[in-house]
Amino acid sequence: MEFPAHSLDLDAMLAAPPGADAALARAPRPHADKLDRAQRLALYRHMRMTRTLEERLVALYRQTKVIGGLFRSLGQEADAVGSAFALERRDIMSPLIRNMGSMLVKGATPLEILRQYMAKGNSPTRGRELNIHFGDLERGFVGQISHLGDMIPVMAGIALSFKMRGEDRVVLVYIGDGATSTGAFHEGVNFAAVQQVPLVVVVENNGYAYSTPTGRQTAANSFMDKALGYGIAGVQADGNDVLAVYDVTKAAVDRARAGSGPTLVELITYRRKGHAEHDNQSYVPTGEIEWWAAHNDPIDRFVAWLTTHDSVSADEFAEIDASVSREIDAATDEADLSPMPDALDALDGIYADPPTIAPHWYREGVRAAVDIHERPASWGTHDG
Amino acid sequence: MAEITYLEAIREALFEEMERDPNVFCLGEDIGAYGGAFKVTEGLQAKFGDQRVIDTPISEAAIIGAAAGASHMGLRPVAELQFIDFISCGYDMLTNYVATARYRAFLPCPMVVRGPSGGYVRGGPFHSQNPEAAFLHTPGLKIVYPATASDAKGLMKAAIRDDDCVLFFEHKYLYRRVKDVMPDGDHVVPIGKARVAREGTDVSIITYAATVWKALEAAEQLQTEDGISVEVIDLRTLLPMDDDAIVATVKKTNRVMVVHEDTRTGGIAGEITARINETCFEWLDAPVLRVTAHDVPLPYSPPLEDFVLPQVSDIVTVARHLARY
Repeated sequence: MEFPAHSLDLDAMLAAPPGADAALARAPRPHADKLDRAQRLALYRHMRMTRTLEERLVALYRQTKVIGGLFRSLGQEADAVGSAFALERRDIMSPLIRNMGSMLVKGATPLEILRQYMAKGNSPTRGRELNIHFGDLERGFVGQISHLGDMIPVMAGIALSFKMRGEDRVVLVYIGDGATSTGAFHEGVNFAAVQQVPLVVVVENNGYAYSTPTGRQTAANSFMDKALGYGIAGVQADGNDVLAVYDVTKAAVDRARAGSGPTLVELITYRRKGHAEHDNQSYVPTGEIEWWAAHNDPIDRFVAWLTTHDSVSADEFAEIDASVSREIDAATDEADLSPMPDALDALDGIYADPPTIAPHWYREGVRAAVDIHERPASWGTHDG
Repeated sequence: MAEITYLEAIREALFEEMERDPNVFCLGEDIGAYGGAFKVTEGLQAKFGDQRVIDTPISEAAIIGAAAGASHMGLRPVAELQFIDFISCGYDMLTNYVATARYRAFLPCPMVVRGPSGGYVRGGPFHSQNPEAAFLHTPGLKIVYPATASDAKGLMKAAIRDDDCVLFFEHKYLYRRVKDVMPDGDHVVPIGKARVAREGTDVSIITYAATVWKALEAAEQLQTEDGISVEVIDLRTLLPMDDDAIVATVKKTNRVMVVHEDTRTGGIAGEITARINETCFEWLDAPVLRVTAHDVPLPYSPPLEDFVLPQVSDIVTVARHLARY
């Protein structure tokens, strides 16, 4: 069966699918080999949490408790979790819409994510922003905006501040295959390269930008190759092998920390769900999604690895999965009971001074005008 | 103490703020060894080094975006745009990222974006623009546009100390044409406060930047030739706008015109007119009138530029019309 290749290296991957043999192969991984069993189980738990929490969000979406769009990272859990795991707590990263796993590694909680999706008043953005568009500098993650590419210059600026102050901190920014086509990507990577700031740019090549396949996004053979044009290091890894992802990202983070400047890390993965929950994926060739689900699921692959090399038993996996479900159940109950925002909070905090603005005179004392559980009929055309 | 120019006043503010606060740094195109296209930052890199006065690639989005990121971490960047016309290349970063950051993510952006603006200099369509109205419409930004050397210094110091992003428009026609003796000590002019540039009783002219000087010249002529007493309000800050100063002058003269160098349609004069309409309609004895540029890109050749931009004679004509309305 043939599939549209999104890079030459993916061709090779598809020619030799990482089935049972590949999953059991133990390639040398200088950084990943230093992880201990507990850390590997933590990687597994973050990946499982990502998938199960997103499944819960699907249920809540169908109950209209998720007010806006829902964005899945099914099949991409390894690239999100493995890359973020290479950061220290003091390092700062900026996720994309399919990096819930990265945020969980950085300390975002299921309760925060559920409240955020459910537009609650005590969500991290107090109901101002959607889905996983939120951050916390203390825990080291900055919320993205929908204008793809913009986070690269912003994160380059955070990295610049670390360089200027001599702080031992690294910045990691995610970008998709599609957003590498933006001007902001080019300006940001070039700026970071010239300034030699401690920045790691992770290009998640998941085959599609909304409905557009990678071949219509770039004529380059790989995104890794683009690094050459900026004079920075470029590396590529199998994004569905969590240890390979960790290994390649950790090397890039170490380079940045040592003052050797930015690295572009291309992770090859596959988006098994649509752009958002409404997307029926009519543009995907028949059988492609099923192939990835059957032969190259990042969690299945890691389970096989852990079973073989760490002797993780079925009972041990079941115990972890049950603890994930218990945590999500408790968080769902708490998020569901959380209050919606006070409408007047909408006018607060646009500036430090003045801290709030006055409502229009004809809105004095008037509450929100629409049903809070109403989802606009036009939903499904917006960008993440 | 000696007078210094509008341009030197801005430079002095940058020097003093960089000396006062190690978090302040400058970035932009050709601002280091060269000192900037207009030499505003001349001498800055020699004093503070290339880590605090950073020459950047030609990348307005990256300059503004990186300034935003650095400002999240407590630095106070001052980003120069070589000509303010190029602010459009960073429009997305300013309006979508910077302006929303505090509101949506509780991430302050204490940064200044500054650059040479305005016409009357034969700069043509891409070196003469006044894009302030494009940002007046964006909650989360502040906009200042000084007319005097003293205000240029005091407002720059206030902008650098402000906890939000301030767009600092510098009028290049005024750079070397207007001078002031700087007040002693730490001279800070508060953002959001207009200034009465000339007291008067018959007609009010609400304006800012280079046209403040055109209005003052017209006022002198109107006093001498017609005996019309003109009050000139220099807004200094456009966002947030000093509504109290606007209302006060409307109630004083009851006849008001708004003058600006920017084009007319969708411009700041329309916004001011609407505010007067909503807050003090019954105080008016005449319609609020506008003197602005014509709605065309600003042309290069002197007869064309002079025709398009507001001139002293335009202000005199409209003031006479208002006075006898």
